[in-house]
Amino acid sequence: MIDELGQFALVLALALSLAQAGLSIAARVRRDAALAGAGEGAAMGAFAAIVLGFAALIHAFVTSDFSVLNVAANSHTAKPLIYKIAGAWGSHEGSMLLWCLMLTGYGAVMAASGRLPFGLKASAVATQGLLGALFIGYMVFASNPLARIADVPVQGDSLNPLLQDPALAGHPPFLYAGYVGFSVVFSLSAAALVEGRVDPAWARWIRPWTLAAWSFLTVGITLGSYWAYYELGWGGWWAWDPVENASFMPWLMGTALLHSAAVTEKRGALASWTVLLGIGAFTLSMMGAFLVRSGVLTSVHAFAIDPKRGVLLLGILGLAAGSGLALYAWRAPTLKDEAAFTPISREGSLFLNNVLLAGATAVVLIGTLLPLIRSAIDGTPISVGAPYFNLTFTALVAPALIALPAGPLLAWKRGDLAGALTRLRIAAALALAAGLATLAFVSPRSLLAACGIALGAWVIWGALAEASDRVKLFRAPWAEVGRRAGGLPRGAWGMTLAHVGIGVFALGAAFETAWRTEATEAVTLGHTMRLGAYTLRLDSVGQYFGPNFAADRAIVRITDGAGGVFCIAAPERRLYAAGGQTVSGVAICPTLLDDVYVVFGDRRVQPGGQAAFLLRAYWNPWVRFVFAGPLLMALGGVVSLSDRRLRFALTSRLRAAAQPAPAE
Amino acid sequence: MTGPRRVLLALFAVATLTAAAADPADRLSDPAQEARARTIFRDVRCLVCQSQSIDESDAALARDLRQLVRQEVAAGKSDAEIRAYLVSRYGQFVLLAPKPSLGNAVLWIGPLLVVALGAAALLMRRGPAQDGEALTEQEEAVLAKLSSEETR
Repeated sequence: MIDELGQFALVLALALSLAQAGLSIAARVRRDAALAGAGEGAAMGAFAAIVLGFAALIHAFVTSDFSVLNVAANSHTAKPLIYKIAGAWGSHEGSMLLWCLMLTGYGAVMAASGRLPFGLKASAVATQGLLGALFIGYMVFASNPLARIADVPVQGDSLNPLLQDPALAGHPPFLYAGYVGFSVVFSLSAAALVEGRVDPAWARWIRPWTLAAWSFLTVGITLGSYWAYYELGWGGWWAWDPVENASFMPWLMGTALLHSAAVTEKRGALASWTVLLGIGAFTLSMMGAFLVRSGVLTSVHAFAIDPKRGVLLLGILGLAAGSGLALYAWRAPTLKDEAAFTPISREGSLFLNNVLLAGATAVVLIGTLLPLIRSAIDGTPISVGAPYFNLTFTALVAPALIALPAGPLLAWKRGDLAGALTRLRIAAALALAAGLATLAFVSPRSLLAACGIALGAWVIWGALAEASDRVKLFRAPWAEVGRRAGGLPRGAWGMTLAHVGIGVFALGAAFETAWRTEATEAVTLGHTMRLGAYTLRLDSVGQYFGPNFAADRAIVRITDGAGGVFCIAAPERRLYAAGGQTVSGVAICPTLLDDVYVVFGDRRVQPGGQAAFLLRAYWNPWVRFVFAGPLLMALGGVVSLSDRRLRFALTSRLRAAAQPAPAE
Repeated sequence: MTGPRRVLLALFAVATLTAAAADPADRLSDPAQEARARTIFRDVRCLVCQSQSIDESDAALARDLRQLVRQEVAAGKSDAEIRAYLVSRYGQFVLLAPKPSLGNAVLWIGPLLVVALGAAALLMRRGPAQDGEALTEQEEAVLAKLSSEETR
């Protein structure tokens, strides 16, 4: 009964999305406020209906209602509750419902927010409605999450045990909140093209959506990376896997968008470029969704694959992105882009950021798609993997990081590079010292990694130098410094945090990649192996039963260089009987910045006849920075988002300040 | 035999989470040679896996490929020779960093083109009827207004 109500709600949401689009278009054409209000009401109604459908699916999962195909294929009565709930978005159908939930949710918030000019808002709500209709239509007709089956099984097939993990329960909602958050920017960009106007006020309207989407996406990617780090048992955190790339591309473009929108907002320049990025970010998000689900890519994380529906998704992607880009090609030449600036200026530095990020996006895009294109064109299978990406991506991002600290210190329109560099001399000295110290004290010596450390330190100290410059730290009395710090807009603090975050990430990535240590040995009970300064002793091997798995567990005593017990690690191997998969349970012993990472492997018989067990262990120094850096960046986004200037009530006044309001 | 015990037996039978690349049973005795082999592993695709190198994969084929590379290393072949040998046996697909060729040129030229066009656009940018000197009075007023919104 509840399932049928849920199905009904989903169909209702489709109808309401169509109504939202139709009413808003009519409202725009006739300039009719009542019609526009009805369109906005439909947007909120569509969201409410999707919430009902989503609740019905969660209910089906929680009650293990195996008459629903999706539940039977992805759940199991013995699964812990949290994974039953997370199972609701663990499948193709469920994840599309989550996507639609986010899409209509963002649409409802946009419809509810006031103070957008009439025409722009009606066009944006209409565009959002069309996107909603496309995706909800796909879900209802081709990917119904609540479809029933006639032969109800007594037990479900269970969710892939690799996915039964807290980080992965949270990963898709964050990722989708990020992907789909760009849909509002897409809609506002399309609306700006329809209206033929891109001005500082518009750039300010897209900022909260861009910031929110970017912050969610940052957290989502970090959770995914952390999951891969401790769940897949290979000790790494980024593999340039096609699915990772699919989520990384909209992030790169969203980052470019944040920066170019700042130029449009403050100076009215780069207007048509910002609109293009606005369309591009959601296009890449949709492409990510398509790539992950269609099966055109082979990946360790590709999930919910279905080639037949992949073609449909490709059609949706082509229709939505194609219309957006066609609209851009038609209307963008009419956009005015008047403000002039010299290359050495704040605008120039933000433009440089965009050029390099666009290049980095091109690296990831071409590297991910070329194998597909080549095999389609001439049937030559080629591989493009980590060696290519590491080289080319680093070559593009390193200059961006070198230039980063100077950017915020340059004045708008015409900056003073020598002056900016003078103010960065302490940061430069500290960065150089960090690099030299690395070269001198860390062995084995690595020039490349030392450069990475210097670069990370440069970005961190540069960001701090800029912030202390703003508050006149050490140059004004403390009371004055405090007053200035309090008076700085949240946006400025957010920027500082995010820039420190990327520097922290660079430190971690350089250090971990260069000095990570691996050791693998077959160890008999009571014997030891070495991992750098640590000694690992296999104390015992036992067995235990979890809620839906059986496990072998090793007890490994880890002592540090001084001989003290550092940690008792308990790596395990789990067998999930429901699906027959074996999964390694990695044991991680953290220090403040490093991890000792232990994987429990096969049983071996030694030449002497004793049983031995394979232990594989990694020392991952500074790996904490790899995950803390992106979280700092996301925090920066959230702090910026809390800026009161972003409240919509202010925008009309700003608009008046920016230029005479046009007759609407 | 009780259920759980059977499960545990199955566990030992199914468990194939081996030590992958660093399995002590497979390692070369010369640490320098072994390190060289590991470096090569990272550039070689496990052909039956999904986008993994043979350094990461537990698949049987990955192990075969690792043994092949180790044999070649032990026989004193150079990195380039080993790569060429792998390509002759398995095609370009086996290398994760594709060899520069006409068909792959876009991998390097594409991003470079994006950056070059962008840089050219930045350097050749000319605002209409303005020379990019100091801010005009009107612009100053707009910025001042925006900034006062910031610091208030």
